[in-house]
Amino acid sequence: MNVEGLLEHGFTAVALPDGSRQIDGVYIGDLLSWVMGRAQMDNAWITIMSNNNVIAVASLADTACVILAEGVELSTELKELAEAKDINVLSSPKSAYEIAVILSGLLA
Amino acid sequence: MPDALVFHFDVDGENFTSAGQASTAIKRNLRQLGLPPEIIRRVSIAMYEGEINMVIHANGGDADVIVHEDCIEIILADRGPGIKDINLAMQEGYSTAPDNIRSLGFGAGMGLPNMKRYTDSIDIETELGVGTTIRMKVNLT
Repeated sequence: MNVEGLLEHGFTAVALPDGSRQIDGVYIGDLLSWVMGRAQMDNAWITIMSNNNVIAVASLADTACVILAEGVELSTELKELAEAKDINVLSSPKSAYEIAVILSGLLA
Repeated sequence: MPDALVFHFDVDGENFTSAGQASTAIKRNLRQLGLPPEIIRRVSIAMYEGEINMVIHANGGDADVIVHEDCIEIILADRGPGIKDINLAMQEGYSTAPDNIRSLGFGAGMGLPNMKRYTDSIDIETELGVGTTIRMKVNLT
């Protein structure tokens, strides 16, 4: 499953500079060091955090994409930063749990 | 033996939101050297945690990354308050970060533990009121 493929399942693209990137697993978390310690490379990372450190962590931890849950939005400035840093960001009005359930079905 | 490659960065202690500039720059540099993605990931996460720590606790400092033939060495030096109890600081979940830092998603008490997790060796020299120097190595072989 690639990141772009999620657009057909109710996710909205916020920044999609590398849509063909493959997703391998999921991590949910809002504490950034926890995410850096536990998330795996190529995971889809579900969070409600939306500051610019999120873009840095996604870049350094090399996640496939960030999925902003609960309708959380990204500022225009951070959308541009995500594009510039090659970070895919999607959003969904659903909760982290509901998003994980959808991804679980898609990645099975 | 060829000379080691050295990258130096000044970590700006004033600007928390731009923290991560040194580690993202290092990520780019190591990628250009053609190092394996997992090595780059370990070095840049360990360095980012150190950079964040220097900004939160020590008003910035110096970061050096040295690419040796057999390992990558990261040296982070600050003139901050020092670490009172290293054993406590190495424990997952222990943090002295203020609330405004926590609201940004940091201060989970995972900084030093992550630096240990992602490196092959870590050495911490600290003196109260003088500063802290952390040396980490990630082996290439």
